[in-house]
Amino acid sequence: MLNTKSTATNARDSLISQKVATLPQSGIRKFFDLLSSVEDVISLSIGEPDFVTPWHVREAGIYSLEKGYTMYTSNSGMPELRRELAHYLELRYGLSYHPEHEILITTGSSEGLDITLRAIINPDDEVIIPDPCYVAYPADVILAGGVPVLVPTNEENNFVIRATDIEARITKQTKAILIGYPANPTGAIISKKEANAIAALAKKYDLLVISDEIYARLVYGAEHICFPSLPGMKERTILISGFSKSHAMTGWRIGYVATERRFIQALTKIHQYTMLSAPTMAQIAAIEALRNGEVEVERMVQEYNRRRRLIVKRLNEIGLPCFEPKGAFYAFPSIRATGMSSEEFAEKLLVEEGVAVVPGTAFGQCGEGFIRCCYATSLPDIEEALRRIDRFIKRNRLNKT
Amino acid sequence: MKEIFEILEQNARATPEQISTMVDKPVKEVEKIIKQAEKDGTIVKYKAIINWPKLGQGDVWALIEVRVAPQRGVGFDTIAERIYQFPAVYSAYLVSGTYDLAILVRGKNMQEISSFVAEKLAPLEQVQSTVTHFLLKRYKENGETFLLPKEMNKRLPITL
Repeated sequence: MLNTKSTATNARDSLISQKVATLPQSGIRKFFDLLSSVEDVISLSIGEPDFVTPWHVREAGIYSLEKGYTMYTSNSGMPELRRELAHYLELRYGLSYHPEHEILITTGSSEGLDITLRAIINPDDEVIIPDPCYVAYPADVILAGGVPVLVPTNEENNFVIRATDIEARITKQTKAILIGYPANPTGAIISKKEANAIAALAKKYDLLVISDEIYARLVYGAEHICFPSLPGMKERTILISGFSKSHAMTGWRIGYVATERRFIQALTKIHQYTMLSAPTMAQIAAIEALRNGEVEVERMVQEYNRRRRLIVKRLNEIGLPCFEPKGAFYAFPSIRATGMSSEEFAEKLLVEEGVAVVPGTAFGQCGEGFIRCCYATSLPDIEEALRRIDRFIKRNRLNKT
Repeated sequence: MKEIFEILEQNARATPEQISTMVDKPVKEVEKIIKQAEKDGTIVKYKAIINWPKLGQGDVWALIEVRVAPQRGVGFDTIAERIYQFPAVYSAYLVSGTYDLAILVRGKNMQEISSFVAEKLAPLEQVQSTVTHFLLKRYKENGETFLLPKEMNKRLPITL
């Protein structure tokens, strides 16, 4: 993510906004070029499901086109979808959001995050973010005119942001805490105790919590803590989620925000001027996903869980210690034992063995010493990738002695 | 336990070690369950799904609807057995609806299947009528579509 050097030339172009010109470029760009030069690559670096959207959901999308549903919907999204969502959130987390006033359908959760930050940030407001984190968090805060305040996390605290670390960084300018559990890139989930401690801080300092729960359905042998369901947190939490990961719908660009009416009103202002409405076909498909998608969601979760157990066990055996990721579809092993930097490791592994992983540093400085391995890919590919990584580690260990 | 069989159904070559990791159970226990299942017929056989047309030597297949007169006391089972014992019969099912047995027959060519129907199947005493549908193209079999992995993979090589 934070490759500050490459933007130096852009910064001089006065026709480009300063903010954008100085915004760091995503750190994976050079991997794209490298990847195309290596043959027979197995990629563990794709942050999306390998499943195609379940057929019944695709079919609903196709049917909507046949029927000619090709116009805008209401800015907030189809009432039917918002009702289904309200019902879903009530059923799963005991939350009650009013479908008309407290839910906004967005073009992916990415839009939800962007307009949330734009709706709440005044110039120089600070937003607290865990490091490492999903690449868009700090970038979106900067684009909204705010200042990202990164709070280091590490494997000792299971890559969960600690309330005490947050409190040490709260200033008069602090506006919100932005978290995303289950987490990309670490696979960490948050416990009730940890979440409650953050909730207490938010209340104490009158802060907002922006909770990106796009991976909520992908938890293994644990309960997902839906942040607004904590006592007294619904009124100060903006819940952002969507269908990309749970229903393998990344390309449909469909998500939602659920929060108090006053926030939804603010968000809707930006949404109506910039997006008008989320894709109609995707909204209709999302209704089908909510109504009849549970079996498929569970099937995919079960499959991810098998791969997760396999990859975590093997990585540990290979000598890349990996804490147990209980959510999302990422393993985040430490590569410190090799003596290489994350970027060096990822590059060398790609060139020498044809396995693509993402260096932890793409997600923040605290990602140094780690790589992100996504297990949303077929079992045979995961196994072959692990064989190659094993060979790579053995060879590089030999070289050192 | 069901999960072990689900994994094997997807990949018959999954080893007890791999399965044990995937279902989070000791290897010994997984081995025991598999052994037992092989013994008691829960696991019938391990086979590969071959895309024969790819080798340019596809057999000819036909789906045959068979109407039969059930026999007193044994219903359809005896006649079904007389039919499915023929090696040409690949699958056989008793079905509801306008006919009774649905059988999938495999032969080297159309003549082989025609003579099976004319000489073996139709003359059986309890068989009242048959309708033969030759298979023209197979799209999906045993839950598998015949697509190459490359055709299925439409994802970008890296996304965050």
